[in-house]
Formats: sequence, structure tokens, C-alpha cells
Amino acid sequence: MKPVATIEGRAIPLGLKNLDTDVIIPAHWLKTITRDGLGKGAFETLRAEPGNILDDPEYAGAPILIAGDNFGCGSSREHAAWALADLGIAAVIAPSFSDIFSGNAFKNGILTVALPQEAVDRLLEVARDHPVTVDLDSQTVTTPFQDRFAFAIDPFRKHCLSEGLDEIGLTLASSAAIGAFERMEGRPWLVPSASPANVGLNGTIA
Amino acid sequence: MASRPRTLYEKIWDAHVVERREDGTCLLYIDRHLVHEVTSPQAFEGLRVAGRRVRRPELTLAVPDHNVPTTARLGADGTPLPIADPESAAQLAALTRNTAEFGIPYIPATAPAQGIVHVVGPEQGFSLPGATVVCGDSHTAAHGGIGALAFGIGTSEVEHVLATQTLLLAGSKTMEVRVEGDLGPGITAKDLILHIIGRIGTAGGTGHVIEYRGRVFEEMSVEGRLTVCNMSIEGGARAGLIAPDETVFAWLEGRPMAPAGEAWDAALAWWRTLATDPGARFDKSVVIDAAEVEPTVTWGTSPEDVAGIGGHVPDPDSFADPAKQAAAAKSLAYMGLAPGTPLSDIPVENVFIGSCTNSRIEDLRAAAAVLDGRTKAPGVKWAIAVPGSGLVKRQAEAEGLDRIFTAAGFEWREPGCSACLAMNPDKVPAGERCASTSNRNFVGRQGPGARTHLMSPAMAAAAAVTGRLTDVRALMAS
Ligand code: SF4
Repeated sequence: MKPVATIEGRAIPLGLKNLDTDVIIPAHWLKTITRDGLGKGAFETLRAEPGNILDDPEYAGAPILIAGDNFGCGSSREHAAWALADLGIAAVIAPSFSDIFSGNAFKNGILTVALPQEAVDRLLEVARDHPVTVDLDSQTVTTPFQDRFAFAIDPFRKHCLSEGLDEIGLTLASSAAIGAFERMEGRPWLVPSASPANVGLNGTIA
Repeated sequence: MASRPRTLYEKIWDAHVVERREDGTCLLYIDRHLVHEVTSPQAFEGLRVAGRRVRRPELTLAVPDHNVPTTARLGADGTPLPIADPESAAQLAALTRNTAEFGIPYIPATAPAQGIVHVVGPEQGFSLPGATVVCGDSHTAAHGGIGALAFGIGTSEVEHVLATQTLLLAGSKTMEVRVEGDLGPGITAKDLILHIIGRIGTAGGTGHVIEYRGRVFEEMSVEGRLTVCNMSIEGGARAGLIAPDETVFAWLEGRPMAPAGEAWDAALAWWRTLATDPGARFDKSVVIDAAEVEPTVTWGTSPEDVAGIGGHVPDPDSFADPAKQAAAAKSLAYMGLAPGTPLSDIPVENVFIGSCTNSRIEDLRAAAAVLDGRTKAPGVKWAIAVPGSGLVKRQAEAEGLDRIFTAAGFEWREPGCSACLAMNPDKVPAGERCASTSNRNFVGRQGPGARTHLMSPAMAAAAAVTGRLTDVRALMAS
């Protein structure tokens, strides 16, 4: 993954509350078997409306999205994060995020910045005509007008994002501990006792 | 060991910690991993690109469900029929290829045990009490109904579990939803969970794992518990749990993948210790009076937009929160509903009985009991009953339920997610309403422009009979 440092540029002042993952990427886009190209389907229903802000040339290529409360609620589809990444979004600012979405965003190098409603309201206003800066190192969002909003981030996530670390690689370094856990006494039921019922090979009915 | 009283969630969590990091995040061991065709291809692709193997293939179980058609899958000569949609066919082919390449147990679309992951997992005895269960699907919370700590994960996490059999997680806060008293006659688990979501809101459980407590749950069937926990995610929670008890153990014993013999006895001894200790503290607590729960339906496009069937479509201005007012107004415009309309005046053109929330044998029995000797109303153009798995389908057919459904004008289908989400051929036409036993009434969920009203199987059957949202209790009395 690419290391994340400072994200600077236009921010799309979308602002809507409870934007669920079906809105971020509708279900019919979930049929792909790769991760690329989902930007085309991002916010499809919102973008069907003429004059929508997402297609406003003013915000073309904007690396930041500003949204309302509970962003990314609904299904666990990681396609929502892939779609945003494919659009070029590197940070989303909102008063709150669904847990699953922020986890998925993090794993795809997208920074989710939770700020109080007043701060988000102010940023929505500024973003209409001016750039916004999200700085991971100092954990702040700033504007050209001396606004400075501090945000919290889990130190582990910060470390991984700023170093561009692959989480699986990190975990595989703990293989010995995982092996020791697996060999621990007292969990004889861990291994399933049989294969699933009536399953034939190659799709035939057994 | 800690002598501090612990909640059920804490006990399961503590029993799975491989490593505790300085910042409190834990490397958590994952006992059971369910995989379906939609959220897994990119995870297998990731493994292949990085040259990684699956650590414990036997702890994963794969089954396609989201975009399999629910029409016949085998031709007259017993060979699999082709899947018309090329993208669906490609995802199914990818799952077949990936499970073979990585040695993962697989129930193909044409096998009798195929079904929706969240129906198949408990049914096969693959999901177990006290186990950590994950799946690339938010309704994994369902497995909490048998006392598993179960939650949805994204595709990167699917890849992480495949490669390491662990997840790196921060603990959740705990929330108790305590239901006091008893449900009235004719009130089901679905009515209760819709009512609960209406009370706590779709963000009410964010950051929390909910434990449902109270006599209602102790007396509830396993199917009902799975329904309740299934929709925890609609209340924003990461997972839902109900303490496993003798009802669950009896239900699980002898299932194909469940432990047997000494392993079963050892498991049972541990499972019996899993209840929340007296005096354990929850971070948040909500008390619900069971007597207040009516047959419940949704009127809007968020699962929190609920009302008892005796109620009316609300006036958006009646909400205190301006954001909620705007959301409700938008919902009503999408749903084509005027404030003040009695809910029982709302006509439906479609009825869907199915989904991982309500497609188990008990759900089909409840719907069939209402449909027996009746037929769907003329205004109902499309009514389908979709069993949650091939085994549920067989059981229902052995009980003659399929004949009740078809006599009432329902189509009797093959198992799958079906009209729960618009990914396979089963869709609700734009502008039409659907009385649906699924879990999400989001905009476009059942098809572009489709209008969903969530409810229980008995209520959906009642809507089919009368052609409008109906208090099923009136039909039960007659
Ligand atoms: S039935 Fe619906 S909610 Fe359940 S797994 Fe399938 S698509 Fe998801």
C-alpha cells in the first residue's frame, strides 16, 4: 500500500447523513471479481441527478469527501472502499462512520476522519470554494482560513497508514504465537467433525 | 484468571486472544469462516498475487448464495443448467476454482445442502456456541443466535483470515438489550427485533456488541434467536449475542459438522459456562417492554422507520431532529406514501418470503399457517417463497408446506438470497411495493425504485392474502 502523509486539495462537500454502502456502490456493481474500475459505479443513484455535486467539474479529482453522520452504514461490502479509492478519494471526513466501513477504508489506505458536527459544518462551507488539508502526522484538518481541527486515530492504524504496511504481512510475523494457540489444550471441537452433508464433488448431488 | 464478573462477549473474546498488543488491539483467533461468491474473489486474488496459502482450509466453508438464480438448477437429465447472467456465472466459477485450488470445503449451487451462508452455517453444525465466526457479509451477526461471536468482515479481512486464521481487532463496547415481560399472542421474533431497532435507531449499537437478555429469549426457538441476532447490524451493532442454552445444544447435537463424542462433551462443558456473570457491567443498557410490541412493519427506507401495524405513516414534521425530518420526508417521497395514511391501507403488489432473516423451517411454517386454505389477493402480482437452504426446502416439502404456498399462488423456489437484494434475477419492479421478510428496506435494495416494507413471515403471508399490509392477528382469529 502507498504510505499516507498529507492529503491536500479540493474536498467534495456532499454532507448527506446515513450514506449507506448501497448508495456508495449499488449492489449490481458487486459482481466483479477484481478490485479496479468501481469508481464508475460510485454514488450511481446520486449522480443520476443532473447537476449533482459529485460530477461538478469544480471538484474533479478531489481527494477528499465530506459527508454527514454514520457514513458507510449498511452492508459490509469492501467494494464501497474500492469504489472511493478508484474515484481518487484518499480521505473521508464525517461526524461518524460505520465500524465496518472505517475498517475497510483503512485497509485500502483511505483515511476516515471523524470530527464534531460543528467542525464538519464549517468544512462543508469552506470546501465549496477552497481546498482543505488533512495531515496524518499532526492529526489535523486545516483550511486556508486558520481553521484547525484535531482528530483522533488509532496509533496502530496511523502507523500502518503512514508506513504503507500490509496487515497480513504484519500478522504472519506472529505465526509462532498463532501455532501455539492452535496447539493449546481444551478446544477439541475446533476442527469440524465431518465435511458438510451431502456434498458431491464438482457440483453433483451425492 | 480474572475473577471480575464478565459478560458473555468478554468470555468468548478472552478465549480467542492470541496476542494482545500494547494499544489494546488483539490478534483474535477465528474458529469458523464462511465464504460466498460475492466478497471472496478479490481475497483469493490477493493470496495468489502474494503467493500465500490458506492456513486452515478446514475451518472455512464456502457456499454460493447471493447471485444464484432461484429457478431450477439442474436440467431433466441431471446436468447443471447454465447461469444466464455472465457476471454471476463468473463469480460462481471463480468460487469453484478458488475453493478447489486452496482446498476449502465447498457446497456447490447444485448440492442439496446449498443455501444462504447464514442458514447453512448453523444448520450444518459448522457455526458453534462460543466460537468466533466471520463472513464477508454484515448479516453474519445472525450466528449470535446460537451463542457465537459472529460478525461481518470486508474482503481484505477475508484474505487476512484465509492467510492467518486470525483478525487484528479492537474490542467492542457491550450493550444490553433487556426485554422484560412476554410477547403477546401472534408476535414473533421479527416483530421484536424491528421494534428494538425502532427504539435504538440504526446507529444505536454502533461500536457495541449487543447481548439480548430476558425470558423472551430464553423461551425463543433457535430460529427466532437467529432472526433477532441477524438484524443486530441494522441497529448499528457489530454483533448480537444470545447466551447459548440447552435449547441451542439440543438443536445442534448430531448436525453433520458439529463435534461428536468426547469432543461434544468437552464443548458442552465449556458452552455451559458462557452466560454473562451476575454483576457483569454493560457499557450501555436499553430496556424494552415486550407487551408493547405489536406486529411491526417499516414505512420508510431505513430499518428504524418502524411502526406497529395499527399505526399510521408518520408526519415528517413530528420528528424532533431536523435531520430525521428531512430523511423521513425523503423516505416518504421514495415510498410514495402520504403522512397519516393508516398502515393497513397500504397495498402491496409483491410478497417475498425468504432471506437469511426469515427463511428457516419455522418461518415457512408460520407463513404457511396463515396461507393454508387461502389464496393471494388479485392485486398481488408476484409472491415467492424461497427456503434458506436445500435442507429447509426438503423439510418443508416433507411437511407439505410447498403445496400450501403454491395453492395460495406463491412460487416455490430453490434456495438463495433471492429478492433480498437485487443481485440475481429476483427483483421487485420499480415503483411497486413488496411485503418482505428480509432485513433491509434501503433505496433500491430489492431493485431500482422498488419499495420495501419489512415484516415477519406471518405478516407477509397476511399481506399476500389481503393485498395490503394487514394485522395477521385478524386472520388468525378467524
Ligand atoms: S439473504 Fe440478504 S441479507 Fe442475507 S446474506 Fe443474502 S443478501 Fe445478505
